[in-house]
Amino acid sequence: MVEVNRSKRTRNTILYHTLVIIIGIFMIYPILWLGGSSLKPDGEIWTRMSSIFPLKPTLEHYLDGWKGFGNISFSIFYKNTAIISVVTTLALVFSSAFIAYGFARLHFPLKKFWFACMLATLMLPLQIQLIPQYIMFSKLHWINSFKPIIVPSFFGRAFYIFMIVQFIRGVPRSLDEAAEIDGCNRFKTFFSIIMPLCTPAMITAAIFAFYWSWGEFLMPLIYLNKPKLYTISLALRSFSDPSGQTDWGAIYAMSFLSLLPVFAIFIALQKYLIEGISTEGLKG
Amino acid sequence: MKIKKHSTRESIDGYLFILPWLIGFLGLNLIPMVATLILGFTEYDMLSKPEFVGLSNFIRMFTDDVRYWKSVKATLYFAFVSVPVRLVFALFVAMMLHNNRRGTYFYRALYYAPSVVGSSVAVAVMWREIFGPDGLLNSILANFGLPSDTAWLGDPRFAIWTLILLVVWQFGSPMLIFLAGLKQIPIDLYESSSIDGAGPVRQFFRITLPMLTPIFLFNLIMQMITGFTAFTQAFIVTNGQGTPLDTTNFYALYLYTRAFESFQMGYGSAMAIVLLIAVALFTGLIFKSSPMWVHYESE
Repeated sequence: MVEVNRSKRTRNTILYHTLVIIIGIFMIYPILWLGGSSLKPDGEIWTRMSSIFPLKPTLEHYLDGWKGFGNISFSIFYKNTAIISVVTTLALVFSSAFIAYGFARLHFPLKKFWFACMLATLMLPLQIQLIPQYIMFSKLHWINSFKPIIVPSFFGRAFYIFMIVQFIRGVPRSLDEAAEIDGCNRFKTFFSIIMPLCTPAMITAAIFAFYWSWGEFLMPLIYLNKPKLYTISLALRSFSDPSGQTDWGAIYAMSFLSLLPVFAIFIALQKYLIEGISTEGLKG
Repeated sequence: MKIKKHSTRESIDGYLFILPWLIGFLGLNLIPMVATLILGFTEYDMLSKPEFVGLSNFIRMFTDDVRYWKSVKATLYFAFVSVPVRLVFALFVAMMLHNNRRGTYFYRALYYAPSVVGSSVAVAVMWREIFGPDGLLNSILANFGLPSDTAWLGDPRFAIWTLILLVVWQFGSPMLIFLAGLKQIPIDLYESSSIDGAGPVRQFFRITLPMLTPIFLFNLIMQMITGFTAFTQAFIVTNGQGTPLDTTNFYALYLYTRAFESFQMGYGSAMAIVLLIAVALFTGLIFKSSPMWVHYESE
């Protein structure tokens, strides 16, 4: 009887894994297809379209694609995107942690009101502030610079502030008190005690901030009109313009390449992301 | 009302800590929002001064702009189909991956992977190639000897479905949130109900689903707002045109065209006001209806 149960359980386990893997392959097939196609020589792209595996892998599409368009190579687009993503990520994470400490630990008049305002901004459609922001930044002559994209990140963002507030609430208050007894003022307490303890939450926030700024499209589209300033998103859009370019291999190659930094970070830090969210539970 | 005493020093420190947010909130959220509410009643092309025109933007929008209504229709269709499908799929996968089997961890990462790059231009470009006339899908159909000359992106019946499929494919965030919710359900609820002889299906409808309703509420609202403001995918897949026949000319896309291509800032602002009202209305409706279907533990 026990034997029967065990073999039934083994069968269920095999069935489960088979099912999950089949659906999983189906899920990532498009991305694998993109990567595989980018390595296929020109002929193969059409003759063996649905295959993931190139018969004669080649890097020629990467070399062709990297040349970019209009005499501007992808190295410029990568540099632009890297500057924007790194600065906004750092600025967002540190400013959000700083702000979060105020909301999580200190008591001050109207705190609940401001906190509610902050949560409300999570639900505001971006479009409601887009046009006046654009007018404001153009009056400041910030169009065609990275400033309209970078500067707002120094003021924190509700999503990250809320995430870090939740985390700080889980840190024992006795640590703050001990620091205060040791003569730390609140800023010193934050920088030397609380912020280091928030590292996991800040890493999770940093991953999200990096993903979103790396892939951001609408802001660069509105604010950056000179190809020299293009981010990868804008460059890919121009590069793959259906009315112009027909070098599919190069389009596949540059598209896939732009996903690699994101996947690299995902694979390296997925623990923070998937553990972080599936235990805490946050936004969608 | 109770008035809490705050120490002055602490109050000052508190405001110093939230100061960056406060500046951003006023300068980047609140003042622009008020400005939008005003600009909606003007005509403004950024070259001459804004001219007050009363309700004329709204009247034009509602009575005279065929493309506007098409964009409303496309957006509602997109949101009402993609959000429920995405949530159901996210819940299904979360149920499937909520266990202590070996490899679960790896599977979660695998299923989450498309969502990591989901809203990127690269993936939208890829989608265009998949559904293009000589694209991957037609090539696969041809391999199976099926009709393979459908123009998925050119046919008004199918184009919006390719975009729905694209966002359903990225169910990762709601999936993770459902996983978080599943973890919180006390295990003894299941134990006592299986002693009472309840099977897995009954347990799902009697325990899992009710316990998850607060999370469903949260997901529903956030996803609905995302659905109403969908932009990048439609922009890339249809090359900024909302083709064919405006069936994918989503609200945010049309607003962008009006405001940033034709520089009709007044009209764009009026559209943004209606969007805000629509989001507020739907959020309100969902909240209002929530006592009927959301289960809270205190009950």
